[in-house]
Amino acid sequence: MSGTGVVKLKIDGVEVTANEGETILSAAKRAGIKIPALCYLDGLSSYGGCRLCIVEVKGSPRLFPACTTPVSNGMEVTTDSPKLRKYRKMTIELLLSEKPHICAICIANGNCELQDLAREFGVDHLRVEREWKSQKIDLSHSFLVLDNNRCILCTRCLRVCDEIEGVHALDIKMRGKDSQIIIDIDDDWGSSISCTSCRKCARVCPVGAIYVRDEPISRTKNKDIAQFILLRRRR
Amino acid sequence: MSREKRINFATVWLSGCSGCHMSFLDQDELLIDLSQKINLVYSPLTDVKVFPDDVDVTIVEGAIGNVEQMELLKKVRERTKILIAIGDCAITGNVPAMRNIINNSPEEVLKRAYVETADKNPIIPTEVPKLLRRVLPLNEVIKVDYYIPGCPPPASLINYVLTEVLAGRTPVMEGKAKYG
Repeated sequence: MSGTGVVKLKIDGVEVTANEGETILSAAKRAGIKIPALCYLDGLSSYGGCRLCIVEVKGSPRLFPACTTPVSNGMEVTTDSPKLRKYRKMTIELLLSEKPHICAICIANGNCELQDLAREFGVDHLRVEREWKSQKIDLSHSFLVLDNNRCILCTRCLRVCDEIEGVHALDIKMRGKDSQIIIDIDDDWGSSISCTSCRKCARVCPVGAIYVRDEPISRTKNKDIAQFILLRRRR
Repeated sequence: MSREKRINFATVWLSGCSGCHMSFLDQDELLIDLSQKINLVYSPLTDVKVFPDDVDVTIVEGAIGNVEQMELLKKVRERTKILIAIGDCAITGNVPAMRNIINNSPEEVLKRAYVETADKNPIIPTEVPKLLRRVLPLNEVIKVDYYIPGCPPPASLINYVLTEVLAGRTPVMEGKAKYG
């Protein structure tokens, strides 16, 4: 972090020292406090999209996303409470109901961050009616598959492509719940002129939206890849 | 335990693959303990034809796909004190609900399944119960008291929930409930 000063704050009652400009999530992580998150990934910029990393800050009725909120001196942060668990559970239910997620037939079954969080927060049913719309599955690439029906729009794939691979072959079209991941300017993946087929998008996908055909997803997935490459570059 | 103290227990199979019932049977020797506490009054495992009155606990596998299942489920709810949805089909629609992405029309679904994708004899069947417009999870139609997710749910989870419910406690699902 590029902050010049050092600030002191309390996270879950623990005294934590952090750099000015650092996020709550980053300070908590260093203190060994785990905050659930789906869109945040070490080594990538913060997006603040999934809202699972929401925390309470004393003195404010609002909830703050820990991945985009900078620390400040004297801040008192709570990362786990009945209120936060309630909202996180609701968020997971909304993510699950937005697309036709069917774990039983998904390649990521058993290797899925959304599924894991649903289990952690006891999401045993959905209180909202499901959307049953179908989006195109792009099977045109020789080994990479994009299935928007399973996408939670965390944007890890397009951030890793832009920020680590330096290509920006992936992007988003449409808005709100109609948003979809696209390749180049909504081309077929197989005819993309910018994609280098590096697979980093598949490695960081938290669900089963981007995967390598005919490869066990446990072998494809590698959440640490972005941070790993950054560390190697700095050497 | 004397026979008088046993509770009336039923299991129902709607649009599902019966895998949840298989998982129920996978409780193995724990079924012996369970059998001391229940009277099995209705189930695909028995030959009872009519869902009886005064059932204490019913577990329901499968989503609601046709009018016949809808009727049965409503009857089950009326006659059951505690209704437990078991498995992803009953809870989210799961695989049977995949047809919901086809135009939301039963006619289109039947055409797709029996005509467009048929290798031989493309005929739409007429002697089956009328399909609903959409396959529905149980909680979109009736009140569900407890949920056991999974495809299928592990026998240990089924046993945990049944044990808690029969003892009058509320099962804690955090860290246990897994879809898929």
